[in-house]
Amino acid sequence: MSNIVVDKSKVPWWVSNVIVPLVNLTLALLVSGLFVFIAGENPIEAVKLIIYGSFGYIQGFAYTLYYTTNFIFTGLAFAVAFHCRLFNIGGEGQAYIGGLGVFLVAINLSFLPVPIVWLLAIFGAFLFGAAWAYIPAYLQSKRGSHVVITTIMFNFIASSLMIFLLVDVIRDTNQMAPHTVKLPEEIWLPSFEAFSGFLGMKIRYSPLNLTFLLAIASLFFVWFLVWKTKWGYEMRAVGHNTQAAIYAGISPHKNIIIAMCISGGLAGLLGVNEILGVSHKIQAGFPAGYGFTGIAVALMGRNHPIGILPAAFLFGILYQGGSEVTFEMPNITRYMFVAVQGLIILFSGALENLFRPQIESFFVRRLNREVNA
Amino acid sequence: MVSPILELTDINKSFGHVQANKNINLKINKGTIHGIIGENGAGKSTLMSIVFGLYQANSGSIKINGKEINLRSPRDSIINGIGMVHQHFMLVENFTVLENIILGFEGETVFGEKLQKAKEDLEKLCQTYNFNIDLDATISDLSVGFRQRVEILKSLYRGAEILILDEPTGVLTPQEVDELFKILRSLKDEGKTIVLITHKLIEIMDLTSEVSVMRQGEMVGHTKTEDTSKEQLAEMMVGRSVLLRVDKKDIKKGKTIFKVNNLSVKDDLDVTRVKDVNLEICSGEILGIAGVTGNGQTELLEALSGIRKVESGSIELFGEKISDQNNFLNPRMLKEKGLAHVPEDRQRMGLISDFKAHENLIFGYHDQEPYSKSAILNNKEITEYSNKVMQEYDVRPNSPNLITSNFSGGNQQKIILSRELNENPKVLLVGQPTRGVDIGAIEFIHQRLIDMRDKGAAILLASVELDEILSLSDRIIVMFDGKIVGEKENKNVTDRELGLLMAGVA
Repeated sequence: MSNIVVDKSKVPWWVSNVIVPLVNLTLALLVSGLFVFIAGENPIEAVKLIIYGSFGYIQGFAYTLYYTTNFIFTGLAFAVAFHCRLFNIGGEGQAYIGGLGVFLVAINLSFLPVPIVWLLAIFGAFLFGAAWAYIPAYLQSKRGSHVVITTIMFNFIASSLMIFLLVDVIRDTNQMAPHTVKLPEEIWLPSFEAFSGFLGMKIRYSPLNLTFLLAIASLFFVWFLVWKTKWGYEMRAVGHNTQAAIYAGISPHKNIIIAMCISGGLAGLLGVNEILGVSHKIQAGFPAGYGFTGIAVALMGRNHPIGILPAAFLFGILYQGGSEVTFEMPNITRYMFVAVQGLIILFSGALENLFRPQIESFFVRRLNREVNA
Repeated sequence: MVSPILELTDINKSFGHVQANKNINLKINKGTIHGIIGENGAGKSTLMSIVFGLYQANSGSIKINGKEINLRSPRDSIINGIGMVHQHFMLVENFTVLENIILGFEGETVFGEKLQKAKEDLEKLCQTYNFNIDLDATISDLSVGFRQRVEILKSLYRGAEILILDEPTGVLTPQEVDELFKILRSLKDEGKTIVLITHKLIEIMDLTSEVSVMRQGEMVGHTKTEDTSKEQLAEMMVGRSVLLRVDKKDIKKGKTIFKVNNLSVKDDLDVTRVKDVNLEICSGEILGIAGVTGNGQTELLEALSGIRKVESGSIELFGEKISDQNNFLNPRMLKEKGLAHVPEDRQRMGLISDFKAHENLIFGYHDQEPYSKSAILNNKEITEYSNKVMQEYDVRPNSPNLITSNFSGGNQQKIILSRELNENPKVLLVGQPTRGVDIGAIEFIHQRLIDMRDKGAAILLASVELDEILSLSDRIIVMFDGKIVGEKENKNVTDRELGLLMAGVA
């Protein structure tokens, strides 16, 4: 079974990039269905609830897109570093520090014209996230400390640092909870509600805001950076074959740092969505695991923006539809959906090659038959 | 007539399209030291890995003491009395000698009496063969020579009757080599059989009683060591393939443009590989470096192209110092100064096999116009250029968007060559330009190099193919043990003469 040899050059792109991920996803969902069944609920009903919850009404759909926004940022963050063969596990911490950047810029420069505040806040988020990724990158390139280890550690450091700041330095002193004051309302990013009101619709509150468009722009930015610029070219060269890169005069050190900083910056943009768009203040623990889930999004999207968009959307559906299910089905807890995410990661990441040879050889044979016929 | 302890019949092994071993037959007699000599890539290590059960042969049979056996893993080989000491030691650095030796073979000997017994057995072994090892020493405290002894001891403890040593002297100092040879001789005297894989002729002459020569995956000769000479072996190793003479006009050579003064270079293991080398190349001249692989050619080319640090000495290009031990220009700066480099190992260095052909065609020149403008790659230009050069160099298939690993070796080499020659470099460093390349492409590549020379480039050509050196070079230097041991104008030089120099005899 493991000895199927497939000539890679003969496998059509849509088989390896569309069919295989879909098969893996289907398997994950089937196993999840089994869990739901064991928990004593009807899996078909659960699927209906997920679909209704995430698409069925406009507010639910807005929530789905809000989650998608966060997953796009963290998924892209992981993907950019991965093209330089760096496993940036630190998206969570970089997003956290990125949030600090947004807040500091926005609160201190709120006197400026609003669009300029937005731009500077976005820049602040990127810069702070990048700076937080720079330290592990430097340690990797100069000292050989593995980024997987250091970025994980930096997640903890970021968390402790932010708690310290939120308790002792930037807390809103009128209350006891670890969060800051709210930003002035003029500089909040327009939400979807406001926009729908403009179109004459009336919907209830949803966290979706203008940052969604920033996420879409980031998809283009990453695609352009990685495949259309010499920086992306050099990053990929270092990632694929460091020795060849050195031969060509491309500095591995420099590219490790560039890739990690861009990666950290993208993760930092999550802060724009959460702080400028939704809560308008820094709350303890606001990245809420998006940084880690971003790894799965990137793996599932094969580290390409075209893949990351649907993968982020899928996780958005799971987040939003999942909360609908836990609301309606008492036997399904929130943690059940963490398990479902885990299954998706398992099937599309760790077990990715489980059925790949079979599927690919099946299609190669079928296509050959068509050619010969 | 002694019956062979190990007999290989018609062994074939291929990796993808490359046939590493072709119909190998080999008999090794009990109680001898049998040398297997050949250049890097001749297939020696592959063959021995088959004997040790690391690889399985595609066809052929292996007999030990006349009995056919099936080796599916190293464990099978160990049970059959075969031990192997690899080039890179397989030891756990923070374990003691004793722990390393019983590792994976503990049985029940991890604790108590049995461990004591194991220790006693090992001490006996050490005494018999004069190993002089402290069994409680930690590996990380031991020198390379001692680590190797631990490997040998490990094999012996596991009951090895046949001991295979893969390039055992590569990392040793001369004194350590002497010690190793003493141990090997005493092993032989005790009736053990030793297979020594090496490319060093001197070791063969010193140590072995029989020798087999491999070249390009084939066994090209067996002989008793006393019936042969270094020169003869060198000739067999390098071989005389079809003579490919190239049309080469005599041209007047120009001024010296590339100069190397007293250059010494170390490899990654901190062993000095290039020792006090001086050379000069003129415009319109091809300087060939002949030599058996591993005598410093690789490190020399890497230092000259700015990849490897210079230990001492200096390099001058157009009279300007470009490298010494304190600072050196990186490959990209050298490219801008007109120095191009076709590396020896295209897979490891010259290409990125996962990139598309057009991406490799601009590799190293990707930040120059017209391929990129203010950091943005110009796909239209790159594709146009790729189509053009791929046609010019007859790269097949002519598809710039194909992933490079799907091209054959010869076509990959053409991709590199077209890239490096396209900018009309003033100095061209070329390592093994035709390794693994088919005949048609060889001729083409040779012609390109001659054209470059005629246009006035200074070319340094390192090759293990003596024919290539003889047919292309204007002047030939021979490297042995990191030093230049001879220099000849390429007029009436015979390969015999070069062979002697390459073997370090003359």
